[in-house]
Amino acid sequence: MKFSALSVIAQGLSGNRGWPEQWRSPEPKPAYDAVIIGAGGHGLATAYYMAKEHGLRNIAVLDKGWLGGGNTGRNTTIVRSNYLWEESEAIYEHAMQLWAGLSHELNYNVMYSPRGVMMLAHNTHDVQVLKRHIHANRLAGIDNEWLAPQEAKAFCPLLNIEANIRYPVIGAALQRRGGTARHDAVAWGYARAADRLGVDIIQNCEVTGLRREASGAVCGVETAKGFIATRRIGVVAAGNTSVVMAMAGVRMPLESYPLQALVSEPVKPMMPCVVMSNTVHAYMSQSDKGELVIGAGTDSYTSYSQTGALHVATHTLDAICELFPAVRRLRMLRNWGGIVDVTPDRSPIIGKTPVSGLFVNCGWGTGGFKATPGSGHVFAHLVATGEPERIAAPFSLERFRTGRLIDEAAAAAVAH
Amino acid sequence: MLLIHCPYCQMDRPETEFRNGGEAHVARPADPMAASDDEWAGFLYYRSNPRGLHAERWRHTHGCGRFFNCLRDTVSDRIVTTYKAGTMRPVPAPEAL
Repeated sequence: MKFSALSVIAQGLSGNRGWPEQWRSPEPKPAYDAVIIGAGGHGLATAYYMAKEHGLRNIAVLDKGWLGGGNTGRNTTIVRSNYLWEESEAIYEHAMQLWAGLSHELNYNVMYSPRGVMMLAHNTHDVQVLKRHIHANRLAGIDNEWLAPQEAKAFCPLLNIEANIRYPVIGAALQRRGGTARHDAVAWGYARAADRLGVDIIQNCEVTGLRREASGAVCGVETAKGFIATRRIGVVAAGNTSVVMAMAGVRMPLESYPLQALVSEPVKPMMPCVVMSNTVHAYMSQSDKGELVIGAGTDSYTSYSQTGALHVATHTLDAICELFPAVRRLRMLRNWGGIVDVTPDRSPIIGKTPVSGLFVNCGWGTGGFKATPGSGHVFAHLVATGEPERIAAPFSLERFRTGRLIDEAAAAAVAH
Repeated sequence: MLLIHCPYCQMDRPETEFRNGGEAHVARPADPMAASDDEWAGFLYYRSNPRGLHAERWRHTHGCGRFFNCLRDTVSDRIVTTYKAGTMRPVPAPEAL
């Protein structure tokens, strides 16, 4: 059923009892043209664009848990495209363009809110780095502008710009088109739209093996619900990518770390934008529910525990209390962790693998949510055609052999 | 926060005294000039990243300052054992897992 003003009124009049399921829960077929492993935002978007733009309808998306239950449901929902290098700018800006029309495209409100993302500078180095970003972005046609402390305060009145704090704010970079989107709605919207195009989304169906034929090419996946034959597999398993790829004997340049976030008790609207600080390691925004959404850092060691250490979260809260004194007495409601797959250059891997028919989209590390539409769009092209799109090509697995890295490690908004 | 046993200090100390040094037993190519691009990529960038038992290096930065190795389960984060740098990866007894 299409969402429209008419359908909302009609359902309202009949007590909202007539809404159908948003997607089916099918049993797996014996064979598919392509199988996507991982029903997070990136995997569901991949399936959606494969069906919509490449005409493939016989696709399954498998997940060991429920759709959107991994990092898609655990991130801090921030959307921006102010990256340093041209390769990154191209792919994140591609996503940004898709965000703008996504609710309409999916007929599902993903609550994309371009409320502005402001990054703070606390020392000379920060000023130089942020201004370098601003210039690089403007050369690429991406909006980003420099604000003096008073202008930053005017944009976010909650911000403390006093000179007597440990790391005073001496300027900020603002991307006005940056903002937030509702993370769950992105997964649900893509799931619903993909399902309507005939994609089978199979939840609670863990992949236990990747089967290869004598030539070495993939010929199917072993799952908790039996064997599924396919000649094209797209792995979009975030923190578990190394584990899935090992089933095909492929080693990855990845390490998986727990990354934490917290939300406060809900309060009335007080935080009009997203504020991030690399130097003191804190960032905060406010959800439409009213909770302040706070991102903390990664732990120093690799882990699959989906839990972070308390001292990591405490470190971030110290910085939050200094930057936003008004929130000091708020209680934190929830704290959780997600497992992020981090590459050596902190840029994603979207590419072919040494195994024929096996493709991988991973390494989004601590910042994959913002790329969801763009990532799915270019990965759909790769899995459907076997060759990467122009903007995805630099993100190949090959770059770790050739040395053509896309080093956003020192360039990230919040270093992890 | 982990409680880590330093095999040099012979003490259990909180994680904040240590720095993680990444995967253990990653050997630099013995003859660097002869190593292929693939071998360099393997040494520099490729990691086993296991879901389960992981051998990793830690440095007791706020203690003795020395590197040592640690076997840790990456699902439960439980440390099975720590051992001195330069020694072989131990095979833990089944009851220790």
